[in-house]
Amino acid sequence: MPLVKNTTIVADEFVRVADEDSIPDGPVLLPAARFLVDPDGVLKRNAKVGVIWPNNKPIAELAPYLDRLAAIALVFPTFRDGRGYSQARLLRERFGFRGELRAIGQVLRDQFVFMLRAGFDAFEVKKDSDAAAFADVAKRYSVFYQPTGDGRATATRQRLSHPAEAARS
Amino acid sequence: MYAYDEIDRTFLNERVSEFRDQVQRRLAGELTEDEFKSLRLMNGVYLQLHAYMFRVAIPYGTLSSRQLRRMAHVARKYDRGYGHFTTRQNIQYNWIKLAELPDAMEDLAEVGIHAIQTSGNCVRNVTTDQWAGVVPDEVEDPRVWAEVLRQYTTLHPEFSFLPRKFKIAITASDHDRAAIKVHDIGLRILRNDKGELGFEVLVGGGLGRTPFIGKIIKPFVHARDIISYVEAVLRVYNQYGRRDNIYKARIKILVHELGAEAFARDVETEWAQIRDSALLIDDAMVDDIRSRFSYPAYEKLSDTPDELKKADDPRFQAWLQNSVAPHKEPGYAIVTLSLKPVGGPPGDATAEQMDAIADLSDRYSFGELRVGHEQNLALPNVAKRDLPALWRALDKIGVATPNVNLVTDIIACPGLDYCSLANARSIPIAQELTRRFADHDLASMIGRLHVNISGCINACGHHHVGHIGILGVEKNGEEVYQITIGGRADEKAELGVLIGPAVKYAEVADVIEDIVEAYLALRARPDELFVDTVKRLGVEPFKERVYATR
Ligand code: HEM
Ligand code: SF4
Repeated sequence: MPLVKNTTIVADEFVRVADEDSIPDGPVLLPAARFLVDPDGVLKRNAKVGVIWPNNKPIAELAPYLDRLAAIALVFPTFRDGRGYSQARLLRERFGFRGELRAIGQVLRDQFVFMLRAGFDAFEVKKDSDAAAFADVAKRYSVFYQPTGDGRATATRQRLSHPAEAARS
Repeated sequence: MYAYDEIDRTFLNERVSEFRDQVQRRLAGELTEDEFKSLRLMNGVYLQLHAYMFRVAIPYGTLSSRQLRRMAHVARKYDRGYGHFTTRQNIQYNWIKLAELPDAMEDLAEVGIHAIQTSGNCVRNVTTDQWAGVVPDEVEDPRVWAEVLRQYTTLHPEFSFLPRKFKIAITASDHDRAAIKVHDIGLRILRNDKGELGFEVLVGGGLGRTPFIGKIIKPFVHARDIISYVEAVLRVYNQYGRRDNIYKARIKILVHELGAEAFARDVETEWAQIRDSALLIDDAMVDDIRSRFSYPAYEKLSDTPDELKKADDPRFQAWLQNSVAPHKEPGYAIVTLSLKPVGGPPGDATAEQMDAIADLSDRYSFGELRVGHEQNLALPNVAKRDLPALWRALDKIGVATPNVNLVTDIIACPGLDYCSLANARSIPIAQELTRRFADHDLASMIGRLHVNISGCINACGHHHVGHIGILGVEKNGEEVYQITIGGRADEKAELGVLIGPAVKYAEVADVIEDIVEAYLALRARPDELFVDTVKRLGVEPFKERVYATR
């Protein structure tokens, strides 16, 4: 599955470790259960550590580790299950997480804009054609009606700061 | 009227081109039907028995004549020459071809009309009082706040994949015409004792297979905090609403399982974290939105014009009594256009009718129209002196049946005639009832009586809150109907009570006649409404009457 960061397809530096595998050198992405066995222990490694966090586990449980985690992958078991969007916003906007926030699972083209706005910056895209189209799709909208932590100006702000351009119809 | 600006128009164009791309990918086989489904649903496109159905939003039920003409154009060009007005301030087209949908959307977008979030598991078209802004008793125009919430919920990046659909309704009058108690969130605009504007917030109302009346979780949220409060509700729901069973996924089940107090506490905790964020509404934002609602330049007119005094045609008088309501401005009236002609399917309008109504609204109502949850239209700004002339014109196009709120003003879902989920027919039952009670004197003697029909447990016809509710179910391959009485959807909302075993298709109209006769015999006074008689006496006497001979 292609990984997209900064709107381009990149190689994945993280190695995904299954529950029963031993942890190799270099950057790793651990399942939540594995990570939680000894979080402080793994975080002492001198390579990056990321965790795959399921969408039914409160994100607040990660709060003590956020400054040491290099990446968090949130899971979309189907594109219809939107819990990961709330988790993403809480991580970015409430807990101030600045590492890589990755969307994994059923990640399709038509979710990209929502995910970007919720604070994701890495995407394991299910289809190659969607991954290739990422840059175009990300530009699909220029108008956003609600504030999120992504800092994009809302329609209201645009209006109030440029009343002349937003001429009445 | 609300004027979209360049920003809104840009957005709508972006939306249409996104959908065009999605349709192309579907037609090219790049998207499976399952993947396409949730995308098309968020644009109001359902797959129905015979074709795709297209549901277009009429935000807060307000339309301009130009917009209505464009809806007529869509009916003519892409459909079979008519459209169907629904109970949630939408219009539906039943026969549109997928490949032509993007063009239909583009035509609508040119006049600021869209289908965004008219279906799918997202926040739906926010609805409100169809008489907003013109009715005498309102706290303030609820459309301003419906627009605040429309903008806030449009393509919300966090709440577009909720456990289930989510409906918000707002009222600002003592008399609730928006049915806020049967919505996921119901908002009642009020002023607190300091005179500040705010909202009473109800959560967890809804119909469907597990009906609930909404519960008040917050008696007063200051207007400036309403977006953050709604966000807190949505966030709690998005995280904890059930996703394992589609029938248990609405917020009403979460509220019921947690208890309203516990749910309110969770919301309160979440809200405390976000109320002082960018979601705080500043006056400039509300003023900007308010400034884009334009109100007609009313003239100073007599409230008792000669034209009215002279009009003595009894048919006109019957209509005047029935379909014309008081306006906040002296000399003006609100006119309801019944889309419930005798023998017709409730809520349908032909393209010709839509065009003619648009012309009449230009001539008599400052180019403005309204759509209410009873599937009727309204001209909100008619000078009283014009009523006789307007009536003649409406009568000519078949939308002056004087049956508003009477037993023939039936709300019915599409049922087995169009809907793939239906167990039973609804439209033909409605048609039969309009014939049975076609005599206007009889119907007006009976008085206000809402009959609601749904063709299956999903309750699109709101049968639980009909004064008389009719629900089609299937038993051993046969269509049978459960009858409830005593439901209502207004400020005193209640769920109807079943009167007994289901009855056969052919018996439904007889049973309704029996119930109505029983009411006429039992009512304490001629002005005791059907629902009030049921409230006073319970269902027993009605049950006896219906089943004694069956
Ligand atoms: C013909 C295609 C239609 C289909 C397939 C359909 C499907 C559904 C389903 C499945 C539900 C239940 C959802 C739930 O409770 O979670 C529902 C509810 C609803 N539908 Fe429809 N519907 C259709 C047409 C209509 C029409 C024409 C109207 C208006 C006249 C309408 C108004 C409603 C309303 C108001 C509800 C909400 C009832 C509640 O609060 O639970 N629907 N619909
Ligand atoms: S109530 Fe049932 S039959 Fe009627 S429109 Fe809704 S889903 Fe279809």
